[in-house]
Amino acid sequence: MSSASATLESPATSGPKPRTRSRRPRRSRGVWLGIVGVLIVLVGAETLSRTGIVNPDFLPPVTEMYATLFQMLGEGWFWESLWLTLRGWAVGLGAAMVLGVLAGFVIGSIPFLRAFTNSTIEFLRPIPSVALIPLVVLLWGTQPQSAFVLVVYAAFWQVLVQVLYGVADVDPVARDTARSYQFGPLRIARSVIYPTALPYIMTAFRLAAAVALILEITAELVIGVPGLGREIGIAQSSAAVPETYALVIVVGLIGVAVNLMARFAEKKMLWWHPSMRSEHS
Amino acid sequence: MTVTTYAKKTFFLLGLPLILLTLWWVASAGSTNPFWPSLQTILQAFPETWTMERLASDMVPSLARLGIGFSLAVVGGIVGGTAIGLSPTLRALSEPVLEFFRAVPPPVLVPIIALFAGYTGWLGKIVTIALGCLWPILLNTVEGVRGLEPTLTDTAKSYRLSWWRRLLFVVLPGSSPRIFTGARQALSIGVILMVISELFGANRGLGASIVQFQRSFAIPQMWTGIILLGLIGVLLAAIFKVVETRMLAWYMGQRQIERGE
Repeated sequence: MSSASATLESPATSGPKPRTRSRRPRRSRGVWLGIVGVLIVLVGAETLSRTGIVNPDFLPPVTEMYATLFQMLGEGWFWESLWLTLRGWAVGLGAAMVLGVLAGFVIGSIPFLRAFTNSTIEFLRPIPSVALIPLVVLLWGTQPQSAFVLVVYAAFWQVLVQVLYGVADVDPVARDTARSYQFGPLRIARSVIYPTALPYIMTAFRLAAAVALILEITAELVIGVPGLGREIGIAQSSAAVPETYALVIVVGLIGVAVNLMARFAEKKMLWWHPSMRSEHS
Repeated sequence: MTVTTYAKKTFFLLGLPLILLTLWWVASAGSTNPFWPSLQTILQAFPETWTMERLASDMVPSLARLGIGFSLAVVGGIVGGTAIGLSPTLRALSEPVLEFFRAVPPPVLVPIIALFAGYTGWLGKIVTIALGCLWPILLNTVEGVRGLEPTLTDTAKSYRLSWWRRLLFVVLPGSSPRIFTGARQALSIGVILMVISELFGANRGLGASIVQFQRSFAIPQMWTGIILLGLIGVLLAAIFKVVETRMLAWYMGQRQIERGE
């Protein structure tokens, strides 16, 4: 970022530096409490199952779930399913991001297009992508294309709408200031619009990443597209209860990893942004 | 003047949809591809397929389950989220656990819940919807409560507002924008789960009947089902928006002033 953007952004009210000393012990306490919380849940679930308060046929002991999970780690089908799920997720998410950002920038920066497409976008966006399941089943059956279409449809709207908000959110005062300083359109785009829209794009990425994973797993589970979701369905219908839970845990951990990655990317890209800087308070 | 404004508004509202519908109509007119019947065929099939009885037997139960599940999630999410948001210890304790549950894609709840309750009755479906909708509302409530202006809460304290009053007049209104954000995310997840929960287990309901059409190759009927689901999604989003604008009018006005518009 050039000095221009620094003058246009409101200065951070508090530098993070003086706080680090007081923050550190609190943070580590938070981490410890978090670990305690996880342990409480794990031990609680184990107890419920071992004592038979909850029928162990439905909720096997947590230790058994993890034993099954580690056993699965040594099996080829697990890694193949994992790869297929991750690939489907990444490809769909990538396509939705590219399409969404491009469409968002074009539509957002042309007022006529924005007004003209508004009603259509508002109409298409809430259409649940699962409504398309019967159609993609007819067209591609259990091929990965089925999942791809659902993922892209669901994630695209998340991205498009965020980018539209981002382009519209440009502070009029900042833009007028830049204009009165005789910034050219390119420089305005770089130092005013881009910094405003970027947080929205990163939010879009975070939302779309989660939605894409949901739809990828859904397609695998419901349609039978190869991947972890399908394995969950198979495990459940063959009454392999610990396997079902083990796979759900894996899928949950993937979800956590996706969220962490998206947040990490956000921090990396937006370290300069006030919303990130004030997060320390 | 007003006439031109209205004409303009109508143009922007209906222009593109009309163009798209016309394109669909024309492009699909002589369609011989069985998967893509002409729009005319689909529209003709619509009233025949979705008769009053069918709507009553399929759509009403679906929407009722969605409504019950979503309401349970709203109540649970706000209560739990406020408690967690107000107590730093509770928050630290529950954060990683909540992160995990939020990250589990909600549709995989279906096989798990099917283990417990089977999947033929209402209960399993409602639980699926409620659990799927819970996390976004809960986590956004936590964020909203946590993000309250400290001056505001301190002022309320120094005026000796009782705990209940602080909760009702400071904490909940202050976090309501975030709560609505969560509820909006939850609503779309709820609609997805409403459909998915009906794909499992032989049952009545919108999702079930659409799959039935697809399996019996009743393609125009299947298309009407897709369109109906789309319309429901749009309608629910519109209702949500009306409620949100009414309840958050103060907030939107405030934002507008802050932005100097």
